[in-house]
Amino acid sequence: MKENRILEVNHLDLSFRLGNEVNHVIRDISFHLNQGETLAIVGESGSGKSVTTKAILGMIDDNGFLGKGEILFRTSRTGKEDEIVDLTKKDKKYMQKYVRGSKIAIIFQDPMTSLDPTMTIGKQIMESMLEHKKVASKKEAMAKTIQLLDLVGIEQPEKRVRQYPHQLSGGMRQRVVIAIALACEPDVLIADEPTTALDVTIQSQILELIKDLQKKTGVSIIFITHDLGVVANVADRVAVMYAGKIVEEGLASEIYYDPRHPYTWGLLSSIPSLDGQDEEIYSIPGTPPNLIDPPKGDAFAYRSEYALEIDFEEQPPMFQISDTHFAASWLLHPSAPKVDMPLVLAKRIAAFNERRSQE
Amino acid sequence: MSANVLLEVKNLSQFFRIDRHTTIRAVDDVSFHINEGETFSVVGESGSGKSTLGRTLIRIYDAHSGSVTFMGREIGGKLSSDSRKFLRKNMQMIFQDPMASLNPRKKVLDAVAFGLDINHLSGDKNERLDKVVKVLKSVGLSEDHLTRYPHQFSGGQRQRIGVARALIMEPRFIICDEIISALDVSIQAQVINLMRRLQKEHGLTYMFIAHDLSMVRYLSDRVAVMHLGHIVEMGTVEDIYEHPLHPYTKSLLSAIPHPDPDAEKDRKRFVYIKGGVDYNIGTIRQLSDTHSILATDEEFSRWQQNDYSLFLK
Repeated sequence: MKENRILEVNHLDLSFRLGNEVNHVIRDISFHLNQGETLAIVGESGSGKSVTTKAILGMIDDNGFLGKGEILFRTSRTGKEDEIVDLTKKDKKYMQKYVRGSKIAIIFQDPMTSLDPTMTIGKQIMESMLEHKKVASKKEAMAKTIQLLDLVGIEQPEKRVRQYPHQLSGGMRQRVVIAIALACEPDVLIADEPTTALDVTIQSQILELIKDLQKKTGVSIIFITHDLGVVANVADRVAVMYAGKIVEEGLASEIYYDPRHPYTWGLLSSIPSLDGQDEEIYSIPGTPPNLIDPPKGDAFAYRSEYALEIDFEEQPPMFQISDTHFAASWLLHPSAPKVDMPLVLAKRIAAFNERRSQE
Repeated sequence: MSANVLLEVKNLSQFFRIDRHTTIRAVDDVSFHINEGETFSVVGESGSGKSTLGRTLIRIYDAHSGSVTFMGREIGGKLSSDSRKFLRKNMQMIFQDPMASLNPRKKVLDAVAFGLDINHLSGDKNERLDKVVKVLKSVGLSEDHLTRYPHQFSGGQRQRIGVARALIMEPRFIICDEIISALDVSIQAQVINLMRRLQKEHGLTYMFIAHDLSMVRYLSDRVAVMHLGHIVEMGTVEDIYEHPLHPYTKSLLSAIPHPDPDAEKDRKRFVYIKGGVDYNIGTIRQLSDTHSILATDEEFSRWQQNDYSLFLK
């Protein structure tokens, strides 16, 4: 593993048993997370983005099993040198004691279901600090809790620690969930659609907060979302997932200004443009494939107007476009016919580029 | 755009009494109209009263005060049974969460035909079936789906069932309460395209309740911005998006995310200062024929001079 990487997933396979059938939800994915960066994983429901992070945290349900692959994580124990562990080889006890919550923390989508309605928020934040022995006493834990609430932008934290989740608004609750995630000063923070349940103004505040916290604490972030429009603001790099595979990966600027995979085109085109009312918004036809019997070639071929014959036969490899930009599409093969991205998207990107050259 | 007014709302209020000391003014003295064939959107944060407004119009709640005229009939006060029938047929609503609004134990056929059944409009068995099949096809579902249950559908398909259920009554006016916010972006586009196609085919009038401002801009003719139960600014899409005057509108617009990383990096967002404006003392002022705003004299002159120091940070 390279020096600057904190997490590396190599050729991971994950399936779930459903009666006699096997649902192959993650199919040979590889990606990495650099220290201090934000990686956005983008895809539709069912693309496998959430379950990937659950695999990292060792939170796979009992009917799930890992095939080949490894999840390398750079971790340190007090007083010892950094070591690299393969999280797929560790048992539940290890994950609970040394990884989950303390080294890798997660924020879920719905703040109401991830908080305990019968416990004050102060208690909930203190709980993991005490459990992981990050503080010496309850008094210290309380002092740190108040600091944390202040850090995530909750006013009058001394008063708020004694309140219950139902006494807070949705945005405030999500801030509390973030405070809980940060309680043990994790190295990696996984944000699983943290703003999907919130409205636009609160969404932008939470995104600003996450960005700000990263600056202050240097935490590395995996940001999961279905909306490419949301993450332009926060992501350093973007990985686009479809049907259990990563189909395109690159720096945010590469994905937004120079997308190469037809699925990425589809996702970007279905965001309505703010200037002018187009006749019809581009929408990706059809639905994602059933992964009990995954398609042989490129899984997106069945929904793509750009599909080539070979797409139905053989899985495309990852073609390299730059040092940081990769895409799995046969369209990038040297002998493939030249096709252009949807017109709406081409127009929008041309407008971006024009503005960029003016500056 | 036709100038025929389909729905006119005057000084509508909806209060909820919590106890002796507290009354929540969810909708507070709101007036607007909706023209026939247009799409009118109501935007605002959660708790602004936009859903309550929609629910009051369709009489899920009884209004506290004010009048509502729909297709020339008064439907704000007590309803005669004739008016009630008229309202149920001509005004329909589609809800946010398609799973929660469908009975999990009812097949699609019965769920969609329910409106016909309770209004005794279904006719004989074949007629009922024909009607349901026709409406399912128009929303992009097929006959095969008739005998399935809601859990056998994806989110986008369920929302299509919700649309079919509203459409089968052949209404003139549909209230769409956050119908796409529970769906994936790619599916949102499908549902929106469907709604626009249906609007053209059936000459429908829509009231969209939403917080996604980029979608609202795309599909609306006119927009009302709601905050704390008041309509603070109202106008055509161009008025609201190109020439917003109210600080709350400005803060909402500044929060829309753009799929453009470079522009996002140095974008300035405004935060609306709570309590900066007391809506109860402001009055409605017309900026143009179409554009109006709620403000006091002082606020109005400040905003026109582009002085927002007291209201935005």
